[in-house]
Amino acid sequence: MATDTLNPRSWLYPTPRGLYCEPGDFYVDPAVAVARALITHGHGDHARPGHRAALATPETLAIMRARFEDMPNTAQQPLAYGESIRLGEVDVRLAPAGHILGSAQAVLAFKGQRIVVSGDFKRRPDPTCPPFEPVPCDVFITEATFALPVFHHPSDAGEIGKLLRSVTTFPERTHLVGVYALGKCQRVIKLLRAAGYDKRIWLHGALVPLCKLYQDHGIDLGDVAPVSDALLETFKGAIVLCPPSAMADRWSRRFADPVAALCSGWMGVRARARQRGAELPLVISDHADWPELTQTLKDVGAPKVWVTHGREEALVHYARSIGIDAEALHLAGREEEGA
Amino acid sequence: MQAFAQLLDSLSFEAARNAKLRLIETYLRAAPDPDRGWALAALTGGLDFPAAKPALLRGFGQDKIGEELFALSYDYVGDLAETLALIWETDPAAGPPPSLGEVVETLQRATKTQTPAILKRWLDALDSTGRWALLKLLTGALRVGVSARLAKQAAANIGSQPVDAVEEIWHGLSPPYRPLFDWLLQGAPRPSSNAGGAFLPPMLANPIDRTELDALDPAHFRAEWKWDGIRVQVAASGGVKRLYSRAGEDVSNAFPDIVEAIDFDGVFDGELLVRREEAVAPFNDLQQRLNRKSVTAKMLKEHPAHVRLYDVLQLEGEDLRGLPFDQRRARLEAWMALAPRARFDLSPLVAFQDWAHLAELREAMKSDGIEGLMLKRADSLYLAGRPKGPWFKWKRDPMLADCVLMYAQRGHGKRSSFYSDFTFGCWREVEGKRELAPVGKAYFGFTDEELRWLDKWVRDHTTNRFGPVREVTQELVLEVAFDGIARSSRHKSGVALRFPRISRIRTDKPAAEADTVDNLLRLLP
Repeated sequence: MATDTLNPRSWLYPTPRGLYCEPGDFYVDPAVAVARALITHGHGDHARPGHRAALATPETLAIMRARFEDMPNTAQQPLAYGESIRLGEVDVRLAPAGHILGSAQAVLAFKGQRIVVSGDFKRRPDPTCPPFEPVPCDVFITEATFALPVFHHPSDAGEIGKLLRSVTTFPERTHLVGVYALGKCQRVIKLLRAAGYDKRIWLHGALVPLCKLYQDHGIDLGDVAPVSDALLETFKGAIVLCPPSAMADRWSRRFADPVAALCSGWMGVRARARQRGAELPLVISDHADWPELTQTLKDVGAPKVWVTHGREEALVHYARSIGIDAEALHLAGREEEGA
Repeated sequence: MQAFAQLLDSLSFEAARNAKLRLIETYLRAAPDPDRGWALAALTGGLDFPAAKPALLRGFGQDKIGEELFALSYDYVGDLAETLALIWETDPAAGPPPSLGEVVETLQRATKTQTPAILKRWLDALDSTGRWALLKLLTGALRVGVSARLAKQAAANIGSQPVDAVEEIWHGLSPPYRPLFDWLLQGAPRPSSNAGGAFLPPMLANPIDRTELDALDPAHFRAEWKWDGIRVQVAASGGVKRLYSRAGEDVSNAFPDIVEAIDFDGVFDGELLVRREEAVAPFNDLQQRLNRKSVTAKMLKEHPAHVRLYDVLQLEGEDLRGLPFDQRRARLEAWMALAPRARFDLSPLVAFQDWAHLAELREAMKSDGIEGLMLKRADSLYLAGRPKGPWFKWKRDPMLADCVLMYAQRGHGKRSSFYSDFTFGCWREVEGKRELAPVGKAYFGFTDEELRWLDKWVRDHTTNRFGPVREVTQELVLEVAFDGIARSSRHKSGVALRFPRISRIRTDKPAAEADTVDNLLRLLP
């Protein structure tokens, strides 16, 4: 499939607006509103409002409609996993990325050369989305959020076990669990259910719309209800999910002596956990850890790897050490929040 | 080891003192001997493993993932032990993890060449929390927010004893403290405090300022200069002579000149200084002698140590702590008058009529070796801890300079993702060109909110990067407070500031109007 003469950078390259595919005339996850955008998934640093046309999985488009007011002004083009479409001179296909509901890798083919823009991804099973599909390619564009050998995310079940043990140890306290509203929230609920926790799980109001959206997509979250509906007495010994920002907010003062739990890949590093005020840090991440990232480079077998957002340096170093032509690719507008 | 690792892990995320105490008490009650004794030794800083030094751990990490990736990992995590614990992978074939007792006793017997192989086997067997705890233990820096005093308090609590009852016998005990636990938990007799050279918990002062003084009657107080050294306790009893830091750490080895000069039986409070002829040397000189396990003959000659005494706690077996300050002072003066003593002298009382008069004396005192005044109630008994009311420290106002931020470095530990170490400079002229010369580095003085602001400012104004250090545009003025200034050949600017901290962020002031190095030189004593 490789064509030795074609420089991949000649047809897909970073611009101040984002990663631009010239022969297809579209941007992938642009940082600003553009004429034509391909969106890998619904997180705010990848999906932004105001594009004239957006192509994404039907789930991602639904998430964007739930989050953005002016989506009616965007021409929406759904493309299910595995289906193909031609944009300009480029063949486009979306493959599952295993990150959150609807998350996809963009598989782009031009003149026999294939580039995979993986967006954000992880390799471990997630009950809310299909698993990452390794797609052989000439150039693999990988994220690097947790691209340091210090990141070995422990098993999800073990971390959820920590939370449930704490609930048993402090039955009089409310367990406030900080989760990102899209993806992490619903995954943590599913993990709690899988661990046998069948009590009602309470939600901060900001988490309700996306939980509803997941339920509408057939993901059973069990008994969930918004906090505002209940008497405060109810929360003794309860699990309450909220956005991390709400934990330091006046909102959380309604709970007597809460235990502050935070779910994030960053919780694996003590200084980070302490900075965020976590008393019960839970390492639950929607991003690949170091073993997953390095395994993925081997699985896709791309001779060239471009590394974006995160700790590019370490992954570039590693990739070169196993004979891959790797370099950092600096993209505008990427954040590390919610990882 | 797992239970101890979980204790350290919980402690590291627990901020409340009472909760920390409960965690330690629960562990000490449940853990078997000798594990709990070794744990107590670890929490009080009483364990040292000479064969397990940072270089060894760094070598392990580099062997595992290579120098480059290890350097990047360490730079990110900011803690050597944690970095190694995180990059290492548990080997299911390595067998059961070791107990704390096994770890300590094995390492104490192991030779330097055996240690690395033993350590690797344990790292393979433990999980990441266990590895972290093991490595923290070996490198002697637990940093879980537990002072030796707090750990002793927890031990005292499990036997419903006051902490000072533990403190007074502490220096006669050695890990794993079997007799201590037998006394606290089994009703065995209290171990003897007659071990000699015992440390007596010191009495500490609270800070005060001029306006607060007006509420106090000056007639009730005695004043002494607050010397710019370190507070120590000279403890000589039962034939044992020791020098302790304020926290009860035995620093005798670093100050053999002091210990040799002890020819008496008594326990005294005083200030440790470096003194040449009659003059007190700058604090910098004392620093050269601190934190050393041993000291060279050259160091002893060039940086002679001296203790300026200001209180007596025990004299020839008699406990004087129950006497009021004036009576202790009279005993101290009478004892000093008996014979001249090399390396010891008396800190004089400062006579004054009222607070205004004392304030004048404080203003007029320009000596570099004095950092303010101590105020002690004439009737104050010697009470361990920091009781409110009897003793105050009235520090000199700091000096101030407007400096320009030049470089920022990421912090360590809790601040590992923040640019929190700031290098700042003042203007000078070199060959007709105005340039900034770095004059100091500060990493505190600001609030958490200011730190976030500074961190963002640094990220937004970076002009150059050198590893963890960023160079920034020369436009942010920081008001820096410091307690003293000295000439220094080690600094490019020729001056060194003592105890510099950021007192204000001066976004209102243009960088060109910041202070010059010449302005600083005028402050030299």
